[in-house]
Amino acid sequence: MTDTPYAVEMKDIVIRFPGVLANDHVNLTLKKGEIHALLGENGAGKSTLMNVLAGLYKQTSGTIKVHGELASFGSPKDAIKMGIGMVHQHFMLVPTQTVTENILLGLNEPRFFMNMKKYDQKVLDLQDQFGLRVDPTMKIWQLSVGEQQRVEILKTLYRGADILIMDEPTAVLAPQEIDELMETMRSMTKKGKSIIFISHKLQEVTAVADRLTVLRKGVVTAEGMSIEGLTREKLAQLMVGRDVVFSVQKELQEPGDVVLSVNNVHALNNKGVPALRGLSLEVRSGEVLGISAIAGNGQSELAEAITGLRECSEGSITVNGTELINQPPSVAINSGVAHVPEDRTKVGSAPSLSITDNSIMKNYKHDPIGSGWSINYPKAKEYARGLKEEYKILAPNVQTMARKLSGGNLQKVILAREISSEPTLMIAVQPTRGLDVGAIESIQRLILEQRKEGTAVLLISEELEELFALSDRIAVIHDGEVMGTMPVAEASVEKIGLMMTGERMEN
Amino acid sequence: MAYKLLVEKRSADIPKWLPAATSIGSVVAAFIISGILLSVIGGDPIRVGKFFFEATFGSWAAISDTLVKATPLILVGLACAVAFKMELWNIGAEGQYYIGAFAASLVILVPLVTPTTPKWIVLGAMMVMGMIGGAVWGFFPGFLKARYHVNEIITTLMLNYVAILWNNFWIFNKWSDAGFQMTPTFEKAAWLPRLTDYARDYSGFSGMTLHFGFIIALVAVVVVWWILERSRWGYEIKLIGDNPHAAEYAGLNIKRNIILVMMFSGALAGLAGMVEVTGVVHRLQERISPGYGFTGIIIAWLAKLNPFAIVIVSILFGALIVAGREIQPSGLSQLLQGIILFMVISSDVLLRYSIRVVKKIEETAV
Repeated sequence: MTDTPYAVEMKDIVIRFPGVLANDHVNLTLKKGEIHALLGENGAGKSTLMNVLAGLYKQTSGTIKVHGELASFGSPKDAIKMGIGMVHQHFMLVPTQTVTENILLGLNEPRFFMNMKKYDQKVLDLQDQFGLRVDPTMKIWQLSVGEQQRVEILKTLYRGADILIMDEPTAVLAPQEIDELMETMRSMTKKGKSIIFISHKLQEVTAVADRLTVLRKGVVTAEGMSIEGLTREKLAQLMVGRDVVFSVQKELQEPGDVVLSVNNVHALNNKGVPALRGLSLEVRSGEVLGISAIAGNGQSELAEAITGLRECSEGSITVNGTELINQPPSVAINSGVAHVPEDRTKVGSAPSLSITDNSIMKNYKHDPIGSGWSINYPKAKEYARGLKEEYKILAPNVQTMARKLSGGNLQKVILAREISSEPTLMIAVQPTRGLDVGAIESIQRLILEQRKEGTAVLLISEELEELFALSDRIAVIHDGEVMGTMPVAEASVEKIGLMMTGERMEN
Repeated sequence: MAYKLLVEKRSADIPKWLPAATSIGSVVAAFIISGILLSVIGGDPIRVGKFFFEATFGSWAAISDTLVKATPLILVGLACAVAFKMELWNIGAEGQYYIGAFAASLVILVPLVTPTTPKWIVLGAMMVMGMIGGAVWGFFPGFLKARYHVNEIITTLMLNYVAILWNNFWIFNKWSDAGFQMTPTFEKAAWLPRLTDYARDYSGFSGMTLHFGFIIALVAVVVVWWILERSRWGYEIKLIGDNPHAAEYAGLNIKRNIILVMMFSGALAGLAGMVEVTGVVHRLQERISPGYGFTGIIIAWLAKLNPFAIVIVSILFGALIVAGREIQPSGLSQLLQGIILFMVISSDVLLRYSIRVVKKIEETAV
């Protein structure tokens, strides 16, 4: 082992997937005994970079040195041998087995006799060293999320990791658990461990990290910058950037009456952690309200709450006076709410059914497609053919299965279905994500046409360019609350970036 | 020059004839494999095959026997297909069949009708009771799944045993015919008409036991086809089966549909029980099913959940049951059933992958 202050040095790392440049000559250095924060928006390439370090992917070019020695990982096993352990965002634990059993899983010990007492003690000893408390004999399903995370950390420590990669460890935790985790991280670095901490929450980063590296669209915008003197403004700029290009033009128009009114809504996310904490907003007819937020701040849950797919604990959501909160999705649909969901394959469509079946999903009960107890399939096909023509959906015919369509064409099927219901309110979540330029433009045009028709549009997007191009007003959500709303003319990337990281707009 | 097999994932749509072709192909392959097995153990596959054919399709009487066995199979096959279409794994058709038979028999055993009630009212009442019985037996697992996410595979399976034992309790204790594990024979009003009943007018029908239940089963086939392929409810079942998240998003009530589909599936299996009791056994007794409910799972699968294909597959399996009675050792036809299922399941690979023979170019050759 050579004498170097660095535990990890990643140099000129290029990671190329078919058609995507995920990391473009990225440098990252991790000093021994430091906590190094890795920041960036979703899709900036953080996880990809870390997966290379953990041996899950292989870089296209570039070198990795661990403790000064050149390292090449063929598999996660090689990385573990070099003392690198990753704590994934999604836990990889067996719920019906005990803590100790999970920690031993995949190891060559115990060889034959299951002397669990001995191993329970070993796990306890490890816990004493780092102050990670969790009963080794408990089954995983009995543990809280925070405790499960401790098991994941213990797993990597047991395998002798001295370099830990923690992928958004705080995303699943409650506030007091976050404090405990930070305490643990500090005690680990005191014992000589080095930590890479992925996050996009500034207050956490400033609380524990020593230095930070920022990625934007696969490129490093700040390399090993000291945490001292770092301002929110600076950070927002590094993360979000400032290049905004307008592709579609919208005409000026006066918005009409309030259509959607969301008042003080509270709801939990799928992990049982509060996702919406007293969120309120309004959308008027003929107006696009853009929602900007870093992934996981409650914007998806907001769309689900309005469309009846998520239960709320408190608050009110009305569309033209009809209360929608905690009503089944059919109530929202009947009140004229159209929904372009975030996940087009898992939620927005039925993959093995035809374009026809997919386009009648919301009107199969109504004339002329539904007549009495039966469905008039010739009429349904005619209807689907009409949509295919009007929205220029590229497919051999309307009997084509949805799974055979490209992302853009599937999104057109969904939009065609939702728009043709002549909605009073349209909720569009990430409508252009993953699409090519041509498809993006036609989808954006369709949304603006809706605005012209007088539909109220709630547009949730991670693409700032898109928000600036389509919205009349932009609201920024952070941690389940609206940080501020402003007309798009008064908005700037800096202002929005600040609010995205948790700063309230002062009035 | 060597050849090798190239296995590729299918990317294009599969041709319409292919699923049917692989099903037929796997049945043929199963017969061939069974023939090889037979000759290995010293049998004469050709003679057995000939005998098999004669015993099942060789004469009108044989065909009648085969169709009698196919009748309950069609109904339980439909029952399974309806549930499977929504990805509800109802493996409780056997229990629903028993409860259907039991509930239908109540009409006679309680009795719920007077001795002078006309035949068509008696049979109509038994049909309704049989379907209600099966539906109730399907309701419990459906409700538990919809309300508490209880795995329907476990509940439907366990309820099979409950149903069989429930049936036994009544025929041993309450309605035993002179201590035998069966009830007394029902009066003729509760018998479905058979071909042999018309032997006086058409002498050719003499001895033929094919009963009106076969017509009931064929009607059920058309009804189920219409529901699955043409009705609004069928569209909902299809949508929930393919993607429950999309169905919820589209405003469908999934919980209600789980319960309704389980009840519908149970009602069809219950109808099979009623048909067997009134068409064949004419009494309630132990072992009114040689595992029809389980065979129904295989049938639904083999027929790729297509109601019309279920008729054809059921006739094949009916023939296997009849042949099993005629051929010694009787395990032979069960062996054949097993091989058929095995072949069908493996033939699914052909639907997902295309296999081509390509010439292997030897690397040393330039």
